[in-house]
Amino acid sequence: MSTYADPYASSRETTEGTVFSVTGGDWDSLVTEIGQAKEERVVVNMGPQHPSTHGVLRLVLELEGETVTEVRCGIGYLHTGIEKNIEFRNWTQATTFVTRMDYLAPLFNEAAYCLGVEKLLGITNDVPEKANVIRVMMMEFNRISSHMVALGTGALELGALSPMIFCFREREKVLDIFEFISGLRMNMAYIRPGGVAQDLPAGTVDKILATVKDLRHSFKDNEKLLVGNSIWMKRTEGIGYLDLAGATTLGVTGPVIRATGLPLDLRKIQPYSGYENYKFDVVTADTCDVYGRFLIRINELEQSLRIIEQCAEKLKSLEGAPVMVADKKIAWPAQLAIGADGMGNSLNHIREIMGTSMESLIHHFKLVTEGFRVPAGQVYSAVESPRGELGAHLVSDGGTRPYRVHFREPSFNNLQSTSAMCEGSMVADIIGAVASIDPVMGGVDR
Amino acid sequence: MTQDQQGMFGAQGTGDTSGYGGLVASAANAGSAQRPFGGYFDQVTDDLERAYPDFADAIERVVVDRGELTLHIKRERLVEVALILRDKLKFEMSMGVSGVHYPDDTNRELHAVYHLLSVTNNQRIRLEVSVPDVDPHIPSLVEVWAGSNWNERETFDMFGIIFDGHPGLTRILMPDDWQGHPQRKDYALGGIGVEYKGAVVPPPSDRRTYK
Repeated sequence: MSTYADPYASSRETTEGTVFSVTGGDWDSLVTEIGQAKEERVVVNMGPQHPSTHGVLRLVLELEGETVTEVRCGIGYLHTGIEKNIEFRNWTQATTFVTRMDYLAPLFNEAAYCLGVEKLLGITNDVPEKANVIRVMMMEFNRISSHMVALGTGALELGALSPMIFCFREREKVLDIFEFISGLRMNMAYIRPGGVAQDLPAGTVDKILATVKDLRHSFKDNEKLLVGNSIWMKRTEGIGYLDLAGATTLGVTGPVIRATGLPLDLRKIQPYSGYENYKFDVVTADTCDVYGRFLIRINELEQSLRIIEQCAEKLKSLEGAPVMVADKKIAWPAQLAIGADGMGNSLNHIREIMGTSMESLIHHFKLVTEGFRVPAGQVYSAVESPRGELGAHLVSDGGTRPYRVHFREPSFNNLQSTSAMCEGSMVADIIGAVASIDPVMGGVDR
Repeated sequence: MTQDQQGMFGAQGTGDTSGYGGLVASAANAGSAQRPFGGYFDQVTDDLERAYPDFADAIERVVVDRGELTLHIKRERLVEVALILRDKLKFEMSMGVSGVHYPDDTNRELHAVYHLLSVTNNQRIRLEVSVPDVDPHIPSLVEVWAGSNWNERETFDMFGIIFDGHPGLTRILMPDDWQGHPQRKDYALGGIGVEYKGAVVPPPSDRRTYK
């Protein structure tokens, strides 16, 4: 580690090590610099504790009157070192870490990571069909719940209160499904290397179909609140403009690039988990603005419902089929079951290892404490998350723990386009533009 | 890149009591691939060779592993090759850069890995540049793909790789006054032991683990 004099923090040596006194980051030097400039500029610091910046995002705005001349994003307030921590856990434990990155799309984080581990192990084709169907279904439900937050909070930030209440109500129904299937509403670590954590409980298909029917009905009502609403159109049409060339060079993906007319959707062009077996349309718009991105999210809800219905149809004939690879060295031995108090260890499994089979106990112990080894190499696996391409770059050195895990977070890359979208616009339009990018700071900062 | 490993446990100093102390796991690093590479990889490398006559000099190694193509590039040639890949081979999008630290890979300790996507041809390739720890300079690709800006800042922040020509290479995730680069292997994870009923559970980095 190098030592250097820090311009923003004076330091003194103590017996505990160096202690820094931070004096408000770069704010003082920024103000001094501006005071020396000849022209009149106003610099406004927005966030990180601002209700409209979508989490702990800091925006440094340079204004001329109401017009924004420069926008800079400050991120890192939610950096948790997940990628570093994973290097000290085994391959299976890492799913409980990655699921907490983009907290609105936990299943996508798990899916990108687990598809990568499976690619490293060379077992991509051994994942049972039922596990793939469940993954697709859970991911599409997750897309709905994530879009519900994007639409609800986006509308709230522009001053429309009712859509938020309705969207969160619908999201609750999806979270109920998650709780019913995985035992948890968020951060489920449900998708595991080799399959999913446990089989669906009895009566899942009926419950799913009832929820789909319910959601489809309420989405129609929700649409009426904003689609074509003249106040909403005035706040969103032509705002946050980013065309195809800009989006491409900035590495922007997801609804933002689809709003430029490019049908870039990994589910179609590079299918994974059996997406090639489902009928659905890639939703695009050609307006390049906030309204286009909003319409894409609205219309993707229906496509997700379509996929879920096809999943339910497939699940009917997959009753009792395996949901984890047959290789017992990779399948996590601790079977889980949902009891009266939520998800926990399966009592049947405990009875087996503690009461009947010494061999099972040894295997359980070895696999839980040691994990499995993954052949050395590196892979990149990508899934289409609600915000765009979520890629996992995994490096293994042949050991039981990941050597390096890096996530290509769509929020991170998309957020870079804030400056391109907002410079030259009004202050109030920044809120709409950032909301249309839908950054989740847990994912941006990791 | 990664070294052979001996024994089963990560125990050091106390001796390995597992009985597997003599076990040697060889680090199976993917070697250079031989033609045909399979899939679209032959076509991509052929096209690149045609469009960039210095191919043999610039590309150190071509690796095909688990259905993915990696081109190991000399850092001096990175920007030229990237421009050709973008303009001639239609790799319009860069999906960012990820760093990897191999402390045992002498004089090539720091690797920068770029993931490229061609929307036109629906292809993916990976570029890998390795530099020594004492001279961690790589030319910046912000001029080629503007989106590399934050990704390169992140890699600088986490690994200390300096991207020459970057418009503002500052820390992005860690505080400005942070010392050290957290994702490097010589940077400790940190953490403190937690006492529970008289016993101490050590922090994750100090626990006995399997390699």
